[in-house]
Formats: sequence, C-alpha cells, structure tokens
Amino acid sequence: MNEYDTELAIIGAGPAGLCAAIEAARLGVRTTIIDENARPGGQLFKQIHKFFGSYRHHAGIRGFTIGKQLLDEIENLGVEVMLNTTAFGFFDDGLIGIYGSGDVLPLRAARTVIATGAIEKPLNFKGWTLPGVMGAGAVQTMINVHGVLPGTRVLMVGSGNVGLIVSYQLIQAGAEVVALVEALPEVSGWHVHAGKVCRLGVPILLSHTIEQATGQDYVEGAIVSKVDRNFNAIAGTQKNIDVDLICVAVGLRPLIELASLANCRMEYISGLGGFLPLHDEYMRSSNEKIYVAGDITGIEEASTAMEEGKLAGISVARDVGKLTQETHNMMSRVIHNNLYELRLGSFGDERRRCKEAIIAKNAGRHVP
Amino acid sequence: MARVEGVLTVEEVMKCPGWPGDNFIEKKRVAILECVEDIPCNPCEEICPVGAIKVGSPITNLPVIDGEKCTGCNKCIAICPGLAIFVVDKNHSQRFSSISLPYELLPLPKKGDRVEGLDRSGKSICRAQVEKVVALEKNDKTVIVTIIVEKEFCHDVRSIHIP
Repeated sequence: MNEYDTELAIIGAGPAGLCAAIEAARLGVRTTIIDENARPGGQLFKQIHKFFGSYRHHAGIRGFTIGKQLLDEIENLGVEVMLNTTAFGFFDDGLIGIYGSGDVLPLRAARTVIATGAIEKPLNFKGWTLPGVMGAGAVQTMINVHGVLPGTRVLMVGSGNVGLIVSYQLIQAGAEVVALVEALPEVSGWHVHAGKVCRLGVPILLSHTIEQATGQDYVEGAIVSKVDRNFNAIAGTQKNIDVDLICVAVGLRPLIELASLANCRMEYISGLGGFLPLHDEYMRSSNEKIYVAGDITGIEEASTAMEEGKLAGISVARDVGKLTQETHNMMSRVIHNNLYELRLGSFGDERRRCKEAIIAKNAGRHVP
Repeated sequence: MARVEGVLTVEEVMKCPGWPGDNFIEKKRVAILECVEDIPCNPCEEICPVGAIKVGSPITNLPVIDGEKCTGCNKCIAICPGLAIFVVDKNHSQRFSSISLPYELLPLPKKGDRVEGLDRSGKSICRAQVEKVVALEKNDKTVIVTIIVEKEFCHDVRSIHIP
C-alpha cells in the first residue's frame, strides 16, 4: 500500500463526505478530504433550521450544529482536510488530479469516495440574468453564512422544501416574502414548512409561474401569471409584483462530472433528479475502487447523505483490510435500516423505489 | 384553504391524531400536534417526559397525543422541527384562553406586550397579550411565547405579529 499517498481520498466535505471520513478514520483508514471551498461542511452551515428524522440521529438539532459536531470529530480523528483544492480528473491506478494553492498535484488513493453533492437547476425566463435573480443556495449562503440580505421584498419561485425553508429564513433575516409561486396546483414540499411561512402571511400562489423579471439594471419587479394544466401561461392573468429579489428554488441535480470522468456507469433517474452514477447497496460505483455517496447519487436530504457516507466509509475500511466482513455486515445492517426509515412515507417512497432499482441493476456488475 | 394550499383548516387539525379531543381541551392545558403528513420524524415522542406522545414504528406514523397523560409542559413545542406543536389552555380564565407557540423571529416580544393574533394563513384575527416568553438554552433559539386570546380564537391563532 506504500505507493499510495493515502488509503482513502474523499472528494467533497459535505455531510456525506464528512461522515464517510469519520467512519473510515475511526476504523484506522488513512483518510484525506478534498474540497474546493474555503470551509468544510458543504451545505450544512447554511442550514439554520432544525433537522427532521429520528431522535437518535440528529433530529431536532440545527444543521449548522450538526456540521460543527462533524468537523470536531474530523479534527479529533486527525483527518487531513485539503481546502481550496479542486479535484479535476481521474487517471489510472487511483490517481486523482488535484489543483490547489496554484499547483497541480497528483494524489494516489487506494479508494476514493466521490461526494460532490448537487447543483441547482436554473429556470429561464425573460430577465433571468438581471442582478437580483438568484438561486436559493446563493440566497442561503448570503443570509445564513455571511449575514448579508440580498433583497428586502422577495418573490420565491418553487414550493419544494428548499423554497419553503429559504422563504422562512428570509423572513428571519428581515426580508418580506411578498409571494411564493408554484406551477403545480398544490404545495410540493412538506406541509409543516408551508405552514410556517403561511402563518407569517406569505401568500402561496398555486398554478402560477414567473414570466418575467423587470428592471433596467437590476430586478425592480416581477410579472407572474396563472398557468393551465400544461403549465402554459393563461393570457390576461399577468400580475406585476413589486420585488427586488427573485429567488429560484426549482430543484437540484446530482453533480456527476467527476464520477463521469472516472468512468462510473451513469443512468438517468428522474425520481432522483437526473443522471447519476449507479451504485451497489454499499455505495460502490461500477468502478470497484470508487464509492459515491450523498446527493451525487440522487437528490435527498442531508440525513440520508450522512448515512450513505457512513456506508461508503465502512466499506472502504473493509476493502483495505481494516474491518472484517462480519463486522462490516453488522454495521451496514444498522445503516441500511436507518436509510430505510428515512425513505419511508409518501415523500420518500419514490426515492426508495428508485434506489432499490439502482441497486438491483448494479449488483455484481463491477468493472475491474 | 387546506393542506394542499399550505394552510390547515381547523377541521383538518381536529381529524389528525395529534388532536387531544374536546374532552381534554375543555378540561386542561394540553398539547395539540398539527402534524398531518407521514414524514419520518419522532423527536416529540422521545422528549415527552410522561409518554403522552406516541409515534412508534414505522417512524412515519403520525404522532398520537394522549390527552390524559399530557401535562402541558411545553417541552414538545421547541423540539418539533416543523414548529407544528402548540399547547392550548382553552379555559385559562372565564373569558380567555392561553396559547403557547414556537417563535423564531427577532425582536422577541416581551411579557405584557399587546400583539396581533395571526391565524394559519397569517391573517390578523384578534388582539392578543403576551403572558410569557421563555428562551431556554436547551431549546436552541426556539423561543416559547405564551399569549392570551379571547376563547373563540383559541383554535385559530397560531402566530403573532408585533405591531
């Protein structure tokens, strides 16, 4: 194993990557995390709301507190974290090309976990390039990480959990959410999140879309209209809304480019947000030395990402001889059970079915 | 207005298992769990010191409140990530009810403040007076505000506006 710089390279220091690192390092795997950002934690430090789930696993705790707990563990375990460092390619024999501090470096790892997360889907409408049209992720970074309010009167586009949560957080930050538009005829996120913003007076306009952002040099308003069942704007229903920020929250897709460079087999799974690398029940991709975990394997919650990260972490430990197959079986059974629980219910149902289909497809088909 | 629009009706609330029933509502200070969807979540069950909240298995079960056991201690209000639990004392006095609710906005109200009572759609429907503001460290910035409203509004007011 001496030829390797590290036993495990993890790309992405979000909830999945951090949990993979903690499990692996705890079992004695020499672990290196690479993240292109200046701070580790991924999206966790933007999440100022309390998490749902099982009381045993972080439920009722705010996202950034969970982030802090994970980083403390990473530090205690002595995991090497390379920040401001971008992984840009995969070569033979576990060689990863990384770029940081002005240098291109090779990093040779026995195993790699790709946990690059997801990226927001854009929404194109007239005026969408005006300053003041922002993705929900950017808005969250500004208000929750940097303490900067990007607008005072907001139109939110999208009633998924992200749109609802960020609306609530904008109100907490001192903005007024003038309206939330949703093209579907019903709220698509959880009722509890919708309930929080409704009782603060945010009108949710169902079967409505944004047609245009107005303004010369920046957003000064929005034109919204009612849509029919095929999501076409109904003539004569246009309304002008006086806003200075249009926040777009219309979904995410897995960030798969690196896994694609590593020749991981991909498939389009619409129920999980788009193209994603297929994986087995232990999060191993079609490339036997590469694991994937978190939103790259399908858009879910941070809580599922953490469990998938753990699964990848213990599986790498087994691969490099730090964990017996028997103990691995025992540990993975617990994690599988947690994942099963997190995907229960009408909101998790489709995700669970998609995941089961992926695992069935990829089973026993590793490309050596 | 209804759940699909983001706003529960009182009828929808009364149908969910987190509704303790008129019997207990009339008799005592009791928690109302406005939790209507099968999402995997159970901290309310764990935090209840008297075992009055049951989620059980699977974790997507809606929480069931046992009005008999509930002491109205408020512990479940702040642990609920959905901010969907309220503790109501309908017969707080002859004319007034008290409502304890989760609050996460600044500035915080103060005891004695006269505020507006908002319904589930954010409409101001009555006047309310702040009776108590409890900000506990262990509640991690979810403050529990107890307000007094006229009895007829006790099942409608679920937030406040500080004018």
